[in-house]
Amino acid sequence: MTAINFTNALGVHEQALHLRTQRSAVLANNLANAETPGFKARDFDFVTALQQAQQSQRHARLRVTHENHVTSTTLSHGSISALSYRAPLQKSLDGNTVDAQLESAAFARNALEFGASFRFLNGKFSSLSKAITGR
Amino acid sequence: MSLASVFDIAAMGMSAQTVRLNTTASNMANADTSASTEAEAYRARRPVFIAAQQQQYGQLQSLNREQASFGVMVQDIVQSQAPVTKAYAPNDPQANEEGYVFFSNVNTVEEMADMISASRSFQMNAEMMNTTKSMMQRLLTMGQR
Repeated sequence: MTAINFTNALGVHEQALHLRTQRSAVLANNLANAETPGFKARDFDFVTALQQAQQSQRHARLRVTHENHVTSTTLSHGSISALSYRAPLQKSLDGNTVDAQLESAAFARNALEFGASFRFLNGKFSSLSKAITGR
Repeated sequence: MSLASVFDIAAMGMSAQTVRLNTTASNMANADTSASTEAEAYRARRPVFIAAQQQQYGQLQSLNREQASFGVMVQDIVQSQAPVTKAYAPNDPQANEEGYVFFSNVNTVEEMADMISASRSFQMNAEMMNTTKSMMQRLLTMGQR
């Protein structure tokens, strides 16, 4: 169909990178509310979210009403259907379930994994440009 | 939610912790303040945090709007209900007719612990901002060789 298909070329990494940024916002929110009474820490399951994002990517296409229209490969970003609540290791008197150490570890890990996804994606781009320029 | 929203969240967290540090400073400064009546005595102030709800749903995109909150805010500043200390000091200029003065109910040890906790939380938010900054800077180099 198309010679260079970005969706096929970039693979899962585009979605993964997008989900990483979303997760960093969710974790940042947990950390900011580490001392808010009654606040419940939230997160989402990355693997499930990535699978959902890939599925929606397969289904989301622009509607074509004329044969000369350009068919789109994808327009969708990774979407999170729902955030779930983190099960606290220990109860607290004020009903807050944020474990600051756990959340900051998850945040740091997420930042590293973001870096990994970024490297993969960047590698895809450099191989694409290598294919285009031929050197 | 994007990386830029992490900056807003961290900024809200930092400002909330600043308010907390502010009340702690005020409490420490007034730890030895005396008054002639019980009602006038200084009472320790403490901020109450609340999770800020996202105002613009546009920024939320796919996140479930009921579930997603966005940063932290100071909802209120409450005064401690602990009893104020009453001391017999007839020579004090603020002593009442019976010779008593009323001191604040500030617990300095508690305030010190609160101060350290607030500054650590502030640091955590600043660290979060730093991490996000380097993530964004990396993102800007995408496709460069």
